[in-house]
Amino acid sequence: MTAPVVTGLGVLSPNGSGVDDFWAATLAGHSGVAPLTRFDASGYPSGIGGEVKDFDAAELLPGRLLPQTDHMTRLALVTAEQCLADADLDPRELPDFAVGVVTAASAGGMEFGQRELEALWGRGGAYVSAYQAFAWFYPVNTGQISIRHGMRGASSAIVTEQAGGLDAVAKARRHIDHGTPHMVAGGVDSALCPWGWLCMSRSGRVSTSTDPNRAYLPFDVEASGYVPGEGGALLVLEDPRAADRRGAPKRYGSVLGYASTFDPRPGSGREPGLRRAVELALDQAELAPGDVDVVFADASGVPELDRQEALALAAVFGTRGVPVTAPKTMTGRLLAGGASLDLAAALLALRDQVVPPTVNITHPAHGELIDLVTDQPRELPLTHALVLARGLGGFNSAMVLCQGED
Amino acid sequence: MSGFGIKELVDVLRASAGEEEDVNLEGDILDVDFESLGYDSLALSNTVRWIERDLGIALPDEAIDVGSTPRGLLDEVTRAVARVA
Repeated sequence: MTAPVVTGLGVLSPNGSGVDDFWAATLAGHSGVAPLTRFDASGYPSGIGGEVKDFDAAELLPGRLLPQTDHMTRLALVTAEQCLADADLDPRELPDFAVGVVTAASAGGMEFGQRELEALWGRGGAYVSAYQAFAWFYPVNTGQISIRHGMRGASSAIVTEQAGGLDAVAKARRHIDHGTPHMVAGGVDSALCPWGWLCMSRSGRVSTSTDPNRAYLPFDVEASGYVPGEGGALLVLEDPRAADRRGAPKRYGSVLGYASTFDPRPGSGREPGLRRAVELALDQAELAPGDVDVVFADASGVPELDRQEALALAAVFGTRGVPVTAPKTMTGRLLAGGASLDLAAALLALRDQVVPPTVNITHPAHGELIDLVTDQPRELPLTHALVLARGLGGFNSAMVLCQGED
Repeated sequence: MSGFGIKELVDVLRASAGEEEDVNLEGDILDVDFESLGYDSLALSNTVRWIERDLGIALPDEAIDVGSTPRGLLDEVTRAVARVA
């Protein structure tokens, strides 16, 4: 399989919009996690989240798109525009089927759906928007991005909960291997509305802490679950020859390996699938564990899941064998968007030879197993990065990146 | 008279389906087809259902025609209102 090269990035994150602001905030340890403002969360078990700040959809998108889009689709459309501009790629200048798009979703347009269901039950069917037909549908971001930019190549949507941010990029990589030379891929997600919040709260994995700096503490003895956030990242991936042919200006890095596994049946007592995903991804990248310079952890924040991840990393890399980080402590977990944002962070880390920190960790819980980069960025030579993601329901994914072209 | 004219139609178009950036809905659009104004069939469907709901009328399925014009749709509305009256 040809290793596709990443030639463009788009980012909307709770701690910074756009690649530059996000990366500066992330290296500075600035968190975007705060009490929710989008709706009144006072009646819910938790009220802390990572909201994308100062997002004015009417300012950023054409008027025709506003009545037909959920908030998460608006975020995705703006992110897509960013990544295409960063890659200097205009799909309309290329052959009809040369550019495709794969996005990851968790539940679709929850806020739009809630509003229309309220209209249906509160006022009657005549008050339901015709756009409900697709606006709350999980593949809607793929469709809207494809339509807006004239991307008619192989396209699809992936729903694997929070592993989707890697799985979508892996699917795009397969499309490139099968002959679609240019792809946009990743996840941008949001469910920060009462209905979405209720669903997430019921998972039992969301922290009920009221302190934004203590609510999401993965790999800390005080870990108490996670903080949901919104946003994510989209990547432009290209066949390296096609990128050269069109004169793509940037090469952030390449995708060398990927694997996804599924956990055994709950209660089976067998080992979770994460370690196997890491080993299979390394095999595909033709790398040994010692070749990996940094790991961007899934960092669940649920103590047992953190322990499982630390054990898997220690099993593959040896105890404290590789620096591990979780910049998502500054954003919360962005549903299907989180792992894509980690890919962006990992590519920027490779570019700048610096590992961003995990913030707010005061008492590491697994210091004997993993070398967690806390408080300050750590500068060191970086050639290969590993990004991990797990999704509720047993999904495990691992992706290996390298600096520049393979 | 329904009291529903071009101004009211433009309000409903904007609210139900949004507005194309390079189209001036304040201009002379009575005889410009909806497709040229930037509206597809779903947009027009949303607009037509909205009008039906607000005026308490029923419009024929042919009213959702992107080849039609604001004048054509307003004529349909006038006829529908007359049927109700």
